[in-house]
Amino acid sequence: MADKISNKSVLFNPLSKNNPVVVQVLGICSVLAVTAKLEPAIVMGISVIAVLAFSNVIISLIRNTIPTNIRIIVQLVVVAGLVVIVDQLLKAYAYDVSKQLSVFIGLIITNCILMGRLEAFAMANRPWASFLDGVGNGLGYTIILVIVGFFRELLGSGTLLGYQVVPQSFYEAGYVNNGLMILPPMALIVVACIIWVQRARNKDLQEP
Amino acid sequence: MENLNIFIRSIFVDNMIFAYFLGMCSFLAVSKNVKTAFGLGVAVTFMLVITLPANYLLETYVLKAGALAWLGPEYADVDLSFLSLIMFIAVIASMTQLVEMAVEKFNPALYSSLGIFLPLIAVNCAILGGSLFMQQRDFPSVWTAVCAGGGWGIGWLLAIVAIAAIRERIATYSNIPAPLRGTGITFIITALMGIAFMSFLGIKI
Repeated sequence: MADKISNKSVLFNPLSKNNPVVVQVLGICSVLAVTAKLEPAIVMGISVIAVLAFSNVIISLIRNTIPTNIRIIVQLVVVAGLVVIVDQLLKAYAYDVSKQLSVFIGLIITNCILMGRLEAFAMANRPWASFLDGVGNGLGYTIILVIVGFFRELLGSGTLLGYQVVPQSFYEAGYVNNGLMILPPMALIVVACIIWVQRARNKDLQEP
Repeated sequence: MENLNIFIRSIFVDNMIFAYFLGMCSFLAVSKNVKTAFGLGVAVTFMLVITLPANYLLETYVLKAGALAWLGPEYADVDLSFLSLIMFIAVIASMTQLVEMAVEKFNPALYSSLGIFLPLIAVNCAILGGSLFMQQRDFPSVWTAVCAGGGWGIGWLLAIVAIAAIRERIATYSNIPAPLRGTGITFIITALMGIAFMSFLGIKI
């Protein structure tokens, strides 16, 4: 029974209390770069969940045979192999999105969340717990991506997933899309607002 | 002339941090004081200048479609480009290891001041990002790769030193709302600096 509770917390803690993006501040690069629209943000999130979960499982399975000195290289090779698979799959089945994401799929390799979880969790835990940890952290990352992508696409282009959301009558009455939201710096401000809201609610996360 | 143009553009217009947000993790984590920020910036610049040409040569003579033609006509239609991610990261990781060993041997003082950051550079997205942009843009020669690498590195160095200087002042002189302290305010400063850097758009020499 105790085991079950810990598995649950492993899966759900990263969603808010220990979110990889806004609390641990890892993997910021891609959060900022791919969220101008909602669709690439979701695809990116799913790719990261898949890579994170499977690399966690693989590293956790071979954790006792990896020599400590070269563990970083081993981890990089495992992650790079998985990312290549994801990259080729996206090129085959979702070519437009993979063009939009350009180099950022490749950059999943150097996403700090992956290295962080592999070092901190998979090297010390059993495969099933590592799998849940990977899925949980991937979901925490995806949630932030989706929130940022949602606001940037809604305010910046008036659409969601490419469909018009802001009614035409608004534009006729003089409403204009906020072009600033499309530009990358606004992603930083949106993330800063998320951090603000979250730390205002959880006082123990605030920095001195 | 073309290379100089690419060098200047890489520093200001295509700035790694303010235009692409690469290398943000170490940018946020290590920008608490100017001295360490400068050390890390120099290390990143150095790695970019080394790995970009290395990966360029690897890409042109081994990985690209038809790149193996110099081995003989029967290799002319081999396309290894799907291996590029793994090869690039392997080059970067091994270069980091080499540089670390060289610095440790020849300049122990620098080694102890950079110590922890050197191995972390292998997973800095700015380095891999540079190689991937290089692949995407089809640079004409290896010198272009050197110039772009130098430019991106110096741009990164500028950005991290600037933000570290601002954060040093903020830590002592200003009264920020508690939830925004530390990470939050750094994000906002970076955003404002990014907007400022947009004024360089369209610069050409």
